[in-house]
Amino acid sequence: MITDVPSSRANKPVTGSTVAMLSVKGRTRRKLNWSGWWFVGPFMLLFAVVFLAPLVYAIYLSLFRETLVGGNSFVGFENYAKAMVDPKFWDAMLRVTIFLLVQVPIMLGLALFAALALDSARLRWVPFYRLSIFLPYAVPGVVAVMIWGYMYGSQFGLVADINRFFGVDLPSPLAENLIMASIGNIVTWEFVGYNMLIFFSALKAVPQELYEAAEIDGAGAFRTIFSIKLPSIRGAMIIATIFSVIGSFQLFNEPSILQTIAPNSITSYFTPNLYAFNLSFAGSQFNYAAAIAIVSGIITMVVAYLVQLGGEKKEAKA
Amino acid sequence: MSAIEPAVRSGNAPSKLASGQIQARRRPAKAQPTPRHKRASITLGILMTAMMLYCLVPLWWLVVNSTKTMDSLYDSFAFWFSGEFALFDNIVETFTYADGIFLRWLGNTVLYVVVGAGGATLLATLAGYGLAKYNFPGRKAVFAIILGALAIPGSVLAVPQFLLFSGLGLTNTPWSVIIPSMVSAFGLYLVWVYAQEAIPDELLEAARLDGAGEIRIFFVISLRQLAPALITVLMFTVVATWNNYFLPLIMLSDERWYPLPVGLAQWAAQASGVGTDPIPNLVITGSLLTVIPISAAFLYLQRYWQSGLTAGSVK
Repeated sequence: MITDVPSSRANKPVTGSTVAMLSVKGRTRRKLNWSGWWFVGPFMLLFAVVFLAPLVYAIYLSLFRETLVGGNSFVGFENYAKAMVDPKFWDAMLRVTIFLLVQVPIMLGLALFAALALDSARLRWVPFYRLSIFLPYAVPGVVAVMIWGYMYGSQFGLVADINRFFGVDLPSPLAENLIMASIGNIVTWEFVGYNMLIFFSALKAVPQELYEAAEIDGAGAFRTIFSIKLPSIRGAMIIATIFSVIGSFQLFNEPSILQTIAPNSITSYFTPNLYAFNLSFAGSQFNYAAAIAIVSGIITMVVAYLVQLGGEKKEAKA
Repeated sequence: MSAIEPAVRSGNAPSKLASGQIQARRRPAKAQPTPRHKRASITLGILMTAMMLYCLVPLWWLVVNSTKTMDSLYDSFAFWFSGEFALFDNIVETFTYADGIFLRWLGNTVLYVVVGAGGATLLATLAGYGLAKYNFPGRKAVFAIILGALAIPGSVLAVPQFLLFSGLGLTNTPWSVIIPSMVSAFGLYLVWVYAQEAIPDELLEAARLDGAGEIRIFFVISLRQLAPALITVLMFTVVATWNNYFLPLIMLSDERWYPLPVGLAQWAAQASGVGTDPIPNLVITGSLLTVIPISAAFLYLQRYWQSGLTAGSVK
């Protein structure tokens, strides 16, 4: 199937063995020697400075407590015990969990719909739609939040204009009860196109033969979507979900910038990340902040792992 | 399995690049569907237009409002031009406000992008290729560590990163932004997946038999094959570095080293403080000036993205 791809591949010396390369067997056939380190070494060196050392340092920090008189003293898991019963931390965790459960399905659903529409052969001007929906991803997060922040605002925004034009008094999107939805809207706007592109390029990769077979069998558009397209892009869907989960737990830019225009709606512990940031940079509680960051990191990784596990299980069943 | 196949097929892209005719081909000729011109669905068209408007309206708002004077910002309809056309005045004022600090921020951003994103792309390409094509002692450990790192949320590392850099005396210097920007675990992953399929082992063996050294083989043979993945990684890292807010916010306290996003956020915060000087027209115009270069780069290069994104979706 791969070897018979014509002329375009003819100038490549190997065709059939590409398959063998994919298997572990093909890889271990290569001789073991040190020259790979010339390539991997520079990356690993910086990686150690930027990733590994801070990670070890974070764990170290979280086990100590800074006291005014005694300096740094080892306290074991005291910071973790404190985090476990810290209502502010769990408040923040609950908030991002709700955000995750509401915003991520909406965003990924929209992205999936758009990708399927672009792939459907029943839409004109596909490149135009694709670019427009993708464009917000290039907009810096800070700028995105500022644009929406102004539009939400009562001075020169969308809401103000609607109020003036219709003579109504809409609730402010920056009010305490709506701020989560408003942030969700900004995040959706920023990332729907990125996720759409991941789904779309995965759809493009579905072997054409499958569609032809389905057509011969008389499958309709929806049958094709549910029996061929969605199962084929499951890998992309799992990856997009994992990135979105990590992004939700790390929520920082949007609330921290909106805080300046909506100080009453966004607390200093609005999200776990904002809480850790404020603890360390406004409160100099570096040790406790490290513990908070590690606990929320572990929760994030567990959830991301469960998503992957869930996705794989479904696949095995299918 | 179906996910691996396209990447194998797209293996014809590198040879095209090698022969100098770069084409933004989404799939090889064989897989190209004979355009089955189905009847366009009106419902789909309407729904997609609504989505397109949702994505474009905020950008439209940005363009319109950067042409307004401070006064008409406050008292005109927000989605259409009004009053004096003040775009050029706003641009001049943006660049001259506070001794031209905006230009300095722009320069900083370019510096961080060129060195940070450029370095990240180079390192990720070297390392991804090394992981894919060499079997060296410790390879499995490297692999496990990097996959693990992909799962660690960056915020866990932010505070200790700051403290470490502070201990090294690097905070408040460009290095504190550039060095972390030079590590892209995701970029490495993309190159690694791509290199496995785009560069046949036999090609490397043949070069070795001809007596070429490993470094020479990389630059003369492999780099060309890796070009599509390299462009993908470059775009990811350029966008990430241009738009980065959290890292420089933590690392820098001297505003002369700020990149654009941090500087703009500071200008925006100026509007709400007590006794400060609100400059929403400069925030809006500055935002537009920040968006334009990155969007242009993005629109130009996005056609090369697809192959890399597909490779990234391989499980």
